[in-house]
Amino acid sequence: MSKRVVIPIGPQHPALKEPGSFIITLEGEKVVGAQVEVGYNHRGIEKACESRTYIQNLYIIERVCGICSHAHSTAYLQAIEELAGVAIPRRAAYIRSIMGELERLHSHLLWLGVAGHEIGFDTLFMYAWRDRELVLDVLAMLGGNRVNYGINTPGGVRRDIDPEHIQKIRDMVDIVEERNKYYINLALGETTLHARLGGVGRLSHEEVIKFGAVGPVARAAGVAFDVRQAEPYAAYDEAQVKVITDDHADVFGRTVVRVLEIMESIRLLRFLLDNLPEGEIITKMPRRIPAGETVSRYEAPRGEDVHYVCANGTDILERIRVRAPTEANWHGMSHMLENDYLADVSIIIAAIDPCYSCTDRSIVIDNRDSGQQTIFDWKQLRQYSIDWYRNRGVDPAKLANRLPRL
Amino acid sequence: MAKRNIIEKAIDWSRRKSPWIIHFNAGACNGCDIEVVDALTPRYDVERFGMLLKGTPRHADVLVCTGAVTLQTRDRLKRIYEQMPEPKFVLAVGTCACSGGIFEDCYCVSGGMDTVVPVSAYIPGCAARPEAILDAVVKLLTSLEKSQKAIDN
Ligand code: SF4
Repeated sequence: MSKRVVIPIGPQHPALKEPGSFIITLEGEKVVGAQVEVGYNHRGIEKACESRTYIQNLYIIERVCGICSHAHSTAYLQAIEELAGVAIPRRAAYIRSIMGELERLHSHLLWLGVAGHEIGFDTLFMYAWRDRELVLDVLAMLGGNRVNYGINTPGGVRRDIDPEHIQKIRDMVDIVEERNKYYINLALGETTLHARLGGVGRLSHEEVIKFGAVGPVARAAGVAFDVRQAEPYAAYDEAQVKVITDDHADVFGRTVVRVLEIMESIRLLRFLLDNLPEGEIITKMPRRIPAGETVSRYEAPRGEDVHYVCANGTDILERIRVRAPTEANWHGMSHMLENDYLADVSIIIAAIDPCYSCTDRSIVIDNRDSGQQTIFDWKQLRQYSIDWYRNRGVDPAKLANRLPRL
Repeated sequence: MAKRNIIEKAIDWSRRKSPWIIHFNAGACNGCDIEVVDALTPRYDVERFGMLLKGTPRHADVLVCTGAVTLQTRDRLKRIYEQMPEPKFVLAVGTCACSGGIFEDCYCVSGGMDTVVPVSAYIPGCAARPEAILDAVVKLLTSLEKSQKAIDN
């Protein structure tokens, strides 16, 4: 058996925007074992919530994650509104859904950019993030802040949407739709992208169910589950969601699901804006939530977000448990990494990018079966990479420029 | 302080014109990290000021740090800071990094960035806007220039 190498990656790492640590065991170039270590970001939010009032909790819950802040705050509020027996006004429900879809837009564009960056497609990174700015402008206009919008409040929303805002959202949506057609074209038509992402980080239908993966990871393996459709909240009982699925079950499939979900979000946004009912945006909430417990679910951009709230009748809650979507997806992570190449680790985690480009121009190939060693020079190395891609079904010489120019 | 010779002047000038940064998340909610990355992308484009995001602390001049420092990352943050070559600067991005912010007195949080490493500039805001980050960067560079000029005169 050849020698195994253990590579610790993180917590600080060039491509990791968050501290997470991975211990990757390699055999040659193949990952044979992967261990995920999280917890660097543990701030003790659940405990902190047990000593603050319901209103204060809203703001701390919103800061569980800066990308899906609306998801967490809505899930939390749904739980306490259910305990208090308060139904929020229809208009407020619509506004929450509008914010939710805008958040999905910005989050998926963000992911697309990061994924592009991880596979060395920095142009995509820059394009996607430029378009994302348009969505952020709208979010800032509606909520008052670019990241933690703080539009939610117990019993409804804090700010109303004017006709002027609606027009601005429509304009933004038109531009993003146009741009997203390019990304769809890219995801579905670009051969290099398919060759790079196809078959990488597989998690089949059965494995998704076994590991309990959620969101685009699950939907990319053909598991048609979306809380917005399965258990409609906010305005999704009227705004029917078409669940996007794919059967590639790999990173490519997840890309396809996400770009198509952007389209679906745009359709939903138009529907929500067209049918926005008139009326109040907030109802009165009791300061004290009656004792009881409940679970609330929300479809965050990354998957199902579950909040459990237990109230004891005072103005401070007894216990809250937040199960964020990524927490569900970690379980399958080691499985996704195993038997893939080290080069694919980055895109599978979509955040890790070990630096090997700066290694030498000559490489030693250690043939595991014959025990022979060969030294590659630059030319051979190039030929090797061309052959590698030919075997994966891409001929670099014949790559047609199929993308529309911008 | 002694006057700088020509080589030192050249080094200082190039450091000012092209500071390399490293980004570390010490327990942020991600909001500020996204805004830091946002500052690198086309609309804000911090590379105009010669800033380049680097992967290793050994190459970096400025540590851009976000988040209330959690107990898990505290030692790592110290180590990263120690690995950076002199002179080094720390930007604390976001209210969390300035003072612990909303996570102050959580049991797993040691507080603002300055409880662990010395901070050169504080950028408040939850999340700090990319404009604010740019502003801090430019202010840091200008103050650097001033202090270098002061040494010579
Ligand atoms: S300052 Fe606000 S946005 Fe920034 S990391 Fe802290 S909680 Fe998140």
